[in-house]
Amino acid sequence: MSRILAVDDSTSMRQMVAFTLKSAGFDVAEAPDGVEALEMAKKEKFKLVLCDVNMPKMDGITLVKALRQLPDYKFTPLLMLTTESGPEKKLEGKQAGATGWLVKPFNPEQLIATIQKVIG
Amino acid sequence: MAIDITRFHQTFFEESYEGLDAMEAALLRLTPASADAEAINGIFRAAHSIKGGAATFGFKAVADFTHLLETLLDEMRSGERETTPVEIDVLLRSVDVLRNLLNAARDGQNADAAVVGRLADELASVLHGGSTSPAAASAPPASAPASEGWRIRFEPKAQLFASGNDPVRILRELASLGPTTVRCDTAALPDLTDLNPEACYLAWDIELRGSCPRDAVMEVFAWVEDECHLMVAPLAPVAPAQPAAATATAPVPTPPPAPAPAAEPPKVVPLAAPAREAAAGDTRERRSEPPRGEGGSIRIATEKIDSLVNLVGELVITQAMLQQLASGLDPVQHEKLFAGLSQLDRNTRSLQEAVMSTRMLPVDFVFSRFPRMVRDLAAKLGKQVRLVTSGEQTEIDKSVIERIADPLTHLVRNAIDHGIEKPEQRVAAGKDATGTMRLSASHQGGHIVVEVADDGRGLDRGRILAKAAERGLPVAESMSDAEVWQLIFAPGFSTAAEVTDVSGRGVGMDVVKKNIEALNGAVDIASEAGKGMRVTIRLPLTLAILDGMSVAVADEIFILPLSSVVESLQPRPEQVKRIAQEGTVVRVRNEYLPLIDLREWFVLPGPKMAAHQSIVVIVEAEGKKVALQIDDLVGQQQVVIKSLETNYRRVRGISGATILGDGRVALIVDIGAVVRLLAHPANGVGIAA
Repeated sequence: MSRILAVDDSTSMRQMVAFTLKSAGFDVAEAPDGVEALEMAKKEKFKLVLCDVNMPKMDGITLVKALRQLPDYKFTPLLMLTTESGPEKKLEGKQAGATGWLVKPFNPEQLIATIQKVIG
Repeated sequence: MAIDITRFHQTFFEESYEGLDAMEAALLRLTPASADAEAINGIFRAAHSIKGGAATFGFKAVADFTHLLETLLDEMRSGERETTPVEIDVLLRSVDVLRNLLNAARDGQNADAAVVGRLADELASVLHGGSTSPAAASAPPASAPASEGWRIRFEPKAQLFASGNDPVRILRELASLGPTTVRCDTAALPDLTDLNPEACYLAWDIELRGSCPRDAVMEVFAWVEDECHLMVAPLAPVAPAQPAAATATAPVPTPPPAPAPAAEPPKVVPLAAPAREAAAGDTRERRSEPPRGEGGSIRIATEKIDSLVNLVGELVITQAMLQQLASGLDPVQHEKLFAGLSQLDRNTRSLQEAVMSTRMLPVDFVFSRFPRMVRDLAAKLGKQVRLVTSGEQTEIDKSVIERIADPLTHLVRNAIDHGIEKPEQRVAAGKDATGTMRLSASHQGGHIVVEVADDGRGLDRGRILAKAAERGLPVAESMSDAEVWQLIFAPGFSTAAEVTDVSGRGVGMDVVKKNIEALNGAVDIASEAGKGMRVTIRLPLTLAILDGMSVAVADEIFILPLSSVVESLQPRPEQVKRIAQEGTVVRVRNEYLPLIDLREWFVLPGPKMAAHQSIVVIVEAEGKKVALQIDDLVGQQQVVIKSLETNYRRVRGISGATILGDGRVALIVDIGAVVRLLAHPANGVGIAA
């Protein structure tokens, strides 16, 4: 079964996302920043990538851009977790190739509903 | 499904405190000159994470306050706002408030609303006073009243799939809002030969029945708004005819389109992409982040490590026991056993070192609190102080670190308050107007040495002597400088002309000394009038293991901490004298040292021996030397310290116990306590049998 990759530099958010998705029956891998996520994505084809925007080393926008360049991720849903509900960040994300976004704060139910909509 | 998110609170708090520390450190480094985007971005990121987590985990007060902070940082980051000391200052104070808010959230209490409100107001006024636009009010359009349904024309652009979106998902989501009738418009579909399998050629007309609000419909298309032409119009009872080619990118209600030729939406399966762009991958990767020395770590509860240390201690004891048992065997006959034992010895030692090293933390853990403190104190006292730290990476046992934090704080406060002069005084004395505080740590042998030095006015010998005399301490003009400096460690001693808010109450130096000595450490002072003073703290690397000298008294073995042992000798009869009131003394190189017979001291059985027939070990603590009379020197060994207090009860004159190779318990002599008891015999002797 293919897995979901959750990328966030905040351990608590990552744990929350991973735990929530696992309890909804998804298999989840975690990465703390864009650089590591990209490495992992090159080794394994994830079914969906959920990533934070603000991260050290490589931010979410750069990650999405880099992932879209990979043949394996040409059509993969790439979702951004963002607190910035302002239009610029979303636009920037979309231009980088993101599929969509999930605005923080979200509760576990919203997260599951969104993921199920995309890959359910 | 209910998921209890409180389980993540602990992690959230831990990382938030870490984030705050990082913010604080970065802010202290930040100057208007050094305020580049990268530096501010790091601070912004920390604030941003705290805000995101706080909002997610339901700490509204934290999230709201951080939002203000984040807005300010965002303006600074984007260059909209210049970074001036005003911003840095308000940000630093915000960090404090945020820490209080987090504490309150963690403890389930309410933070001091007045303080938070005041700073929030201040942040807001900084925000709006600047050349900034107030947070772009993204007032959502008032949701239109629900109609009986919606007619939707969804015409994706050809590149829709490239963002990972799938029209099927959107249609499915619409269907979840109410009963839908979907017609697929295949008019734009080219011949198979011209068809690009990665492009989307289809469009859909959807009739959604039911009273869902317009916002709900728009929400479904939120992700693809810019990747399609979309029209959403209320479902009218009669649908007027309309050309199908209408294109409006904005979600403006337009006349509803005519139903296109009926067709079920074909499921579009994106084919695997050809690998032509494969190599274009990661040229944009940035790895220029300054190294943070993270190298993969995990959090472990201290108790787990302590129990590991304990177990290793037991292993060391077992190993010593085996060694001792084997010593009775013939090495030739049992060669293999001996080889195995020596290997066990080596491995045990390595294991012990490895386990002890897990308890070691860089001294930076304490040092990192000082930049802020020095800055605040200096500002408060109208002084200019530069803090220079070195050796932050020197590692010390965690429990030692925790216990030197307070003494160091006292020393730094004292130095800034009393040592470093006001700028005008410094200039008058021909010194740099900015004083320098130096904090350094280094390893020296089995010890760690921490120095707190300043280039202020130094200690005033005359005033200390006068003050000491006033307090009735025994003083003499002939005392050496070192002895005079030791006077400031007397309880309640203060030469400060006036008691300030910061220090001068005379609680402090004696506490410093007591704390350091409780750690088996020592404090030394060096001072030169007009040039400054330096306090040197010498500490053992760890509190769990002690380099000890084992000595025999009667049938018992005692351990003397090697750090206090000066020398051992067998005195000649003429070196030992009895002096009225002073008891017995030993003369060693023109120094008369009080002689304590440990057999008497600890009330052990056996005939009293003359000093010249036994051995005398000279030990030093608190600047005083004492000679201890013992029966025999047994050896020198590392011993694992066991607390006597937790296993038995506190015994004066004994700092702990250890278990010897043969399973016997040996007591560790507290030299400091012995010296003190000797000075104030009224306090009574250590143990009675």
